[in-house]
Amino acid sequence: MKFVEEYRRPDEVRSVARALASVARSSWTIMEVCGGQTHAIIRFGLDQLLPPQVTLVHGPGCPVCVTPIELIDRAIAVARERNVIFCSFGDMLRVPGSSADLMAARAAGADVRIVYSPLDAVEIARANPAKEIVFFAVGFETTAPANAGAVQIARARGITNFTVLVSHVLVPPAIRAIMDAPDSAVNAFLAAGHVCTVTGYEEYEELADRYHMPIVVAGFEPLDIMLAMLACVEALEGGEVGVQNRYARSVRREGNPPAMQAVSNVFETTDRKWRGIGMIPGSGLALRPEYADFDAERRFGVSDILAEESMVCMSGKVLQGLIRPTQCPAFGTQCTPENPLGATMVSSEGACSAYYRYRRVQVRPGS
Amino acid sequence: MCLAIPGRVLRIADAPEGQTPSPLSRTGVVDFGGVEKQVNLAYVPEAHVGDYVIVHVGFAISTMDESEANQVFTYLRQIEDAAMESSAGT
Amino acid sequence: MSDLNLSCPTPLARYPAVVMAHGGGGRLMRDLIEGVFVRAFGSPRDAALHDAASLDPAGTAPHGLAFTTDAYVVRPLFFPGGNIGELAIYGTANDLAMAGARPRWMSAAFVLEEGLSIATLLRVVEAMRKAASDVGVEVVTGDTKVVERGRCDGMYITTSGVGVLSHDLPIGPAAVCQGDAVLVSGDVGRHGIAVMAEREGFQFGTTIQSDCAPLCAPVLDLVTGGIEVHCLRDLTRGGLASALVEIAEAARVTVAFQDQSVPVDQAVRGACELLGFDPLHVANEGRFVAFVPEPQSELALSLLRRHPVSAGAVQIGTVRATGEGIVLAETIGGERPLDMLSGELLPRIC
Repeated sequence: MKFVEEYRRPDEVRSVARALASVARSSWTIMEVCGGQTHAIIRFGLDQLLPPQVTLVHGPGCPVCVTPIELIDRAIAVARERNVIFCSFGDMLRVPGSSADLMAARAAGADVRIVYSPLDAVEIARANPAKEIVFFAVGFETTAPANAGAVQIARARGITNFTVLVSHVLVPPAIRAIMDAPDSAVNAFLAAGHVCTVTGYEEYEELADRYHMPIVVAGFEPLDIMLAMLACVEALEGGEVGVQNRYARSVRREGNPPAMQAVSNVFETTDRKWRGIGMIPGSGLALRPEYADFDAERRFGVSDILAEESMVCMSGKVLQGLIRPTQCPAFGTQCTPENPLGATMVSSEGACSAYYRYRRVQVRPGS
Repeated sequence: MCLAIPGRVLRIADAPEGQTPSPLSRTGVVDFGGVEKQVNLAYVPEAHVGDYVIVHVGFAISTMDESEANQVFTYLRQIEDAAMESSAGT
Repeated sequence: MSDLNLSCPTPLARYPAVVMAHGGGGRLMRDLIEGVFVRAFGSPRDAALHDAASLDPAGTAPHGLAFTTDAYVVRPLFFPGGNIGELAIYGTANDLAMAGARPRWMSAAFVLEEGLSIATLLRVVEAMRKAASDVGVEVVTGDTKVVERGRCDGMYITTSGVGVLSHDLPIGPAAVCQGDAVLVSGDVGRHGIAVMAEREGFQFGTTIQSDCAPLCAPVLDLVTGGIEVHCLRDLTRGGLASALVEIAEAARVTVAFQDQSVPVDQAVRGACELLGFDPLHVANEGRFVAFVPEPQSELALSLLRRHPVSAGAVQIGTVRATGEGIVLAETIGGERPLDMLSGELLPRIC
């Protein structure tokens, strides 16, 4: 596949790793905030290529993992309504709510369907005028234009049996929250290349200045990630502050203006709770009042569903990079992909799931 | 959030078949290494047939800058050359 | 005697769809069995429709018999490259082939949904007749039940199969040795992508076909060709990863393979990238892995490549050590342990 496989050549990736090892002198902790990057790093073993001085931590980069537990409960409540076809991305189906997940709801008779795109949900709505179609609008800024587009297209086509259950989150406020935490040990960030494709990276320049750190916009293929890591370590060694764009084939400083316009037409910024972390002000998106008739929470009256988190689950600390999954007492014992306590064990990008799948063999219980 | 892959634009239309055009209805067929899929192109008004676009959940979010794509390898070459020079010098 | 004639081959034309009475044990059910199943598979050997078929009265299986069963619940019933009927015959035949047995006799039990069109049923059964003939299998006994509308997806088929072993090789995980070569018979991931695309309505312009196919011929070729086959496993749900992990755990060996050497068709890879699937976890229906002694791997590959279904056979790895049952995938940054899927394969956005 063009523009994919060229960035996966082992020799080239390893030569960047060698350059990285020769540049790194001091100890550095770099955080990536993108589930897709977590996945690539684990799948291709890229963290094994890093020199011991460089530590890579996985931040709250997976929207599946950070969707608040009560939103899962609300989703299940909506899905259980007789007349509803509940559409969702596949990632969300096994995320545990207070007592069930969407897959269990489906097994019990709810019409829950996996879709590839929000437009598929709009099409299902058009084809089923007697039903109510609800789409679980989860994601970071990358997915917001698609969800905004789907809402606007539904309005333009006069489709009124379509609503969205919104759980959008924004990356920069999360970075602020992580850096403002007293025990934060992060020296630099890799910024998510597809988020920045949409938003651009001006907002990250401000973050880099405020926290005196380098931020490198990174892609998702092994070569992209290693080159971004190299640029990051070089900047750290040189005391440089600011944003570098190492995914320039897709990311421009100003981002994608028509996509951003669609997002601001349909959504507005709101405070949002991040599962395992808590409330981060201005870190989410909600539908604007003029699109209230597309709001599933309003249509189905589920806004007052609140929830309790598992006392045992330490996803929050994992998501902030404060502990490794293996340091959680429940890891691999009470909490496994088959019986997840928290979202980080369910999503294939969740740090706990990634560790379990790919590192379990090297980590025996008790080590 | 992150799963977006590059594909080549094969055809472009103002709207999917059977639908009236609207501001966000620009659509196309994109080829991903042999698999073709209909993709919304509203956010890439500059994309033409033959261009590569990056697609996330059925929407193109950027047009691939092919010269930047090749720049990666130029940068890589510089790194490899620098490494060779420094090892030759030791 | 039902009135079969050339212009209207089924006396069931009165009922274009299955009704509950077709499972009632009465005349209507008898009509269905004779008009659909007997017509396709031939009369049971004893001519009277007994409850059981007797096998091998002449004792032609000196090395013993192999026996297997499987239920087929695929949805949709027809997908690019195959259908439930073919699957039901080939799948069970392949399970027998994995023991190195030549499939001979099968049973076919049908659970039919009220409302299923008889035309569809005939299409499926005809596909089974053809597949059985391909593989050299007789369907000698069966069963029919009908359930209310909504209780099964059109139909479920369970086939059990008996095969004749023609060798004494103890084919199975216990025979796997350190140093064995791990071969895969062709490219992976087709079936799962084809079925999912059809079921979920993902419109893929280039239709990816299921690899549903019988594997008996290449396997028997290996056995008769003098290959000391240690273990075989056909790749079904869970993909290549599941098969390797199951064998490694059962045999308590470390299997090491190169990620890059696993063949994946370009279009399948494109679909996997789009949906966020790892091709190693996607289902197959016409592929298998073979563990053979390293010195015989070249010969084994050349035998396999003579058959269209295994023309793409390659070696992907080796059995590196005994003791611990794990699978290691060699990737760019080093090795990572490979695990089975935890549950279903779900398309992702992350």
